[in-house]
Amino acid sequence: MAGFRIGRLMLAATALWGMGVAAARATELTFWTWRPEDKAAYTELFNDFTKANPGITVKFEAFNTENYATILSTALAAGRGPDVIHTRAYGGLEQFAKAGYLLALDKAEVPELGNLPDDALASETLRADGKVYSLSFASQTLGLFINQDVFAKAGLQPPQTWDQLISVSKALKEKGIIPIANGLATGWMDEVMVSVFINPFLGPDFVKDLLAGKATFEDPRYINAISKLLELRDFLPPGAAGVDYATAQQLFLSGRAAMFAGGSFEIANFRKQNPKINMDFILPPAPTAGAPRPASKFFDGGYAINAKSPNKADAIKLIRWLGTKQFGDKFSMLLGNISPIKGVEIKDPLLAKVAQMNPDAMPYIMAVYFRYESPTGSDLLQSGIQKMMAGSITPQQLGADLTQGIGRYFAPFQKK
Amino acid sequence: MRRSLWIAALLAPGLLVMALFVTWPLLSAFRYAFYAFNGLVPDHFIGLRNFSEVLLEQPFSGWTFRAFRHNVIVFVALMIFQNGLAYLVAFALLKALPGHRVHQVIVFLPVVLSAVIVGFLWKLFLHPIFGVVNQALALVGIAGPAWLGDESTALGSIIFTNAWHWMGFPALIFLAGMQRISKETLEAARIDGATDGVLLSRIIWPLVAPSATIVFTLTFIGSFNWFELPYIMAGVNGTPGGATDVLGLYFYRTAFGSANSGLQDFGHGSALAVLMFLFIAGFSAISLRFLRRREIEV
Repeated sequence: MAGFRIGRLMLAATALWGMGVAAARATELTFWTWRPEDKAAYTELFNDFTKANPGITVKFEAFNTENYATILSTALAAGRGPDVIHTRAYGGLEQFAKAGYLLALDKAEVPELGNLPDDALASETLRADGKVYSLSFASQTLGLFINQDVFAKAGLQPPQTWDQLISVSKALKEKGIIPIANGLATGWMDEVMVSVFINPFLGPDFVKDLLAGKATFEDPRYINAISKLLELRDFLPPGAAGVDYATAQQLFLSGRAAMFAGGSFEIANFRKQNPKINMDFILPPAPTAGAPRPASKFFDGGYAINAKSPNKADAIKLIRWLGTKQFGDKFSMLLGNISPIKGVEIKDPLLAKVAQMNPDAMPYIMAVYFRYESPTGSDLLQSGIQKMMAGSITPQQLGADLTQGIGRYFAPFQKK
Repeated sequence: MRRSLWIAALLAPGLLVMALFVTWPLLSAFRYAFYAFNGLVPDHFIGLRNFSEVLLEQPFSGWTFRAFRHNVIVFVALMIFQNGLAYLVAFALLKALPGHRVHQVIVFLPVVLSAVIVGFLWKLFLHPIFGVVNQALALVGIAGPAWLGDESTALGSIIFTNAWHWMGFPALIFLAGMQRISKETLEAARIDGATDGVLLSRIIWPLVAPSATIVFTLTFIGSFNWFELPYIMAGVNGTPGGATDVLGLYFYRTAFGSANSGLQDFGHGSALAVLMFLFIAGFSAISLRFLRRREIEV
């Protein structure tokens, strides 16, 4: 009997010791993001990761979008910050990578980088050393949202060409419906609207010529394209200059407006705000019938590792897992975003339709190429487009301002 | 000796906080203003280049002087409308008309609200579609503008909101100044036939000069540090098209990145901060010296 008791005690002691070892090995990684609205989805995703990697948990911490970069840079400068970081792409990533705050990722340690297409890797690459610093999490596509119930009620078809956009907008306005929900008071939404409507007018070679220095923003292709926006002024909400992003969303979701120039990142958000919304996402109107109608595309950001993380090995395990198809499938399903991971299955029909637009999409020009230095192309365009739509500058002046501002650091423009 | 130690011990915590949170950041900004940045870290010394770029080279110089011009407009408009009205309100309160205590509370009430609440509320009031201002105008057949979206009305709308928010504060300062004037002085003026206008311009105004000095200096510093209201009502870019851009917004989005691009430019941002500091400190010191000369002891 005594032997049995001793045996039980030993067993209990062994179990306790084992638990102690497990506890000692347990790592809690911290993950920082600017997207508090994604907490529930990431909690589920990180639980999956913990199941696959016992002993490693991930703590989700979100910050206000507008102050995220400041909070993050302050923490990293102090040698602190999270283990794994939600980073922006392009210039928003480069400033952190340049400063040495992020760990370079290579295919030897993170073979899952091979699961990403080249343009996704490029969006997370530091141009100076050609190394990848973040694993891209989503591509975003810009196009035209259609409130199908509004169109059906008005007896109209969504526009396929620019002329149809104008005629449909006139018909909607006559019926007391705001044709296009977008206002102009929120700068980044203005840039989205510009890209949606002007890209089909730029032609297939404009971006290539721009990067090669054969064209500037004063090129007739750009001026003509951007001038087309002036035709839309009558079809925006009343007092459009003072209508912000949130109002534009509400106008579209409530059915007071029929169309919304926006990005695929809105899909999940729109459904959350109005689960009954019957919407479609279509390519922007073509200049003429049968002409190409490219959407715009960019990569939203990625997952990076803090160079000073004390848990690098476990952080690499997390990054590797974030690059798997298993993660990409569930990410797209839970967050309604298009994971760039090759072979990801997108079950949502609307999101799948958007994904099919991506191979022919044009780059979202300012975000992809001109957000690396100050003044950024986005800052120049967003401020300029508000003035142009208000009639205080011409499209030609806007083109000249963009060329001059970007020309401060973009060598091909300096030759012009 | 013990007394000195005791005083030093009492001062030390305050000085430490000041040194850590005011002096050190200020000195850092001075240092950063002379450096080129590699991403987010200072890279190499470049002398006055950041200053010359924000003051002399387009597009930075255009933005700097546009923002400065708007700060000047804000200061002049607040001096005339906010403080001018505050002076008249203070005089009305001084007369102790029936219900003056309630009015005193009403005038001062908005001051206790935070700028965030005031900015958000007025942004809603001025909304072109849902706002009460345009809906009220529509009732009388007037189509109101997009107050905060129209280049010609945006800055004025925010200045109006600021005046609504802060008018009670200078009113109380002026009222305190007026209450220090002896009743005999005012009664003597009345007996000599002075009207309200004469009292306000010839008798009271010179005697409330110390109050005016305080109001002028605080309005000047507030106008050139203006940030919260335009940030909440017009965003960090000073929309529309920079029509509401002021030095505070321009500095913030340059140094810390706008939500649109996220690019942080500490070099130019620090140069702007240093210029703002030198201008505000310098001008305040000079104006204080000048204004003190015209103050009369009651």
